[in-house]
Amino acid sequence: MFNVRGWDATDRQLLDMLQNDFPLAVQPFLEMAERLGIEESEVLARLAAMKQAGLIRRLGGIIDSRKFGFYSTLCAVQVPAAKIEAVAEIISQLPGVTHNYLRDHDYNIWFTLTSPTQAEARAILMELENQLDLDIISMPAQKVYKIKVAFDLGNLDD
Amino acid sequence: MIDDTIERHIIGLLQGDLPLQSHPFQDLAQALGISEQEIVARVQALEKGGILRRWGAVLRHRQAGYVANAMVAWKVLPERADEVGQIMAGFVEISHCYLRQVPETFAYSMFAMMHARNEQQLVELVERVAEESGCQEYLVIRSLKEFKKASMRYV
Repeated sequence: MFNVRGWDATDRQLLDMLQNDFPLAVQPFLEMAERLGIEESEVLARLAAMKQAGLIRRLGGIIDSRKFGFYSTLCAVQVPAAKIEAVAEIISQLPGVTHNYLRDHDYNIWFTLTSPTQAEARAILMELENQLDLDIISMPAQKVYKIKVAFDLGNLDD
Repeated sequence: MIDDTIERHIIGLLQGDLPLQSHPFQDLAQALGISEQEIVARVQALEKGGILRRWGAVLRHRQAGYVANAMVAWKVLPERADEVGQIMAGFVEISHCYLRQVPETFAYSMFAMMHARNEQQLVELVERVAEESGCQEYLVIRSLKEFKKASMRYV
């Protein structure tokens, strides 16, 4: 698996720019190239390599589900060991579920559910509880202090 | 809800993967019969309105060298929530920090997603956050398996 250590200083500058200051312009990659004093084709080639290596999941935007009017909640459920895979499969198939993890706690399956309304989320969870015959706890965010998926890659070489 | 067709297509573009080409908005602009400049202006408006929360690269943490990640849930007194939330938000190693409504059966209401380069650094990080926030009761809840990770599609 590729590691950030395999990338050079230009790659790291590009990655930093992509995370913190990606130009919103008709030709964003040209603008990145001009900032670094390299050719646009080189920027595109380097980004393609980072994507291929799996470092970049995708380029684009993250929509704020709440500002968009959606209701989102973190849910957890205690599932007997023998039923974990089957339950996880059922949960993952719900279209509003974006994240679904097995975790090391008595509540062992954790997932996030996003729905157009709170009532709809509640209905989905009630139906899921009936289907699984398990209690689900729902923990919607009351207050957000930070959402930022950015990493300082410049420090990784020490 | 946004019902404007152009807006919906632009939201769709933002949720997808921008093509790696000199004019990444060109295809959508042609399909919608508007200029690339108009698409950029609309994306800027979405950003200004807060609907577009972030613009740029979505990374895979593990490949970026952050191999030790954990969700840490903290017990916090309601009257200290804002203070603690702001302290935690100040850590660069914390990407997400939320206060959540929790049931009585799970009394840990402050959730922080933590990222470190190795296990030892993760343990040290959690201890440092505990010390600086004054929250000594917490659960480090690691993910053992990823069943699903997707971006929500709103349109």
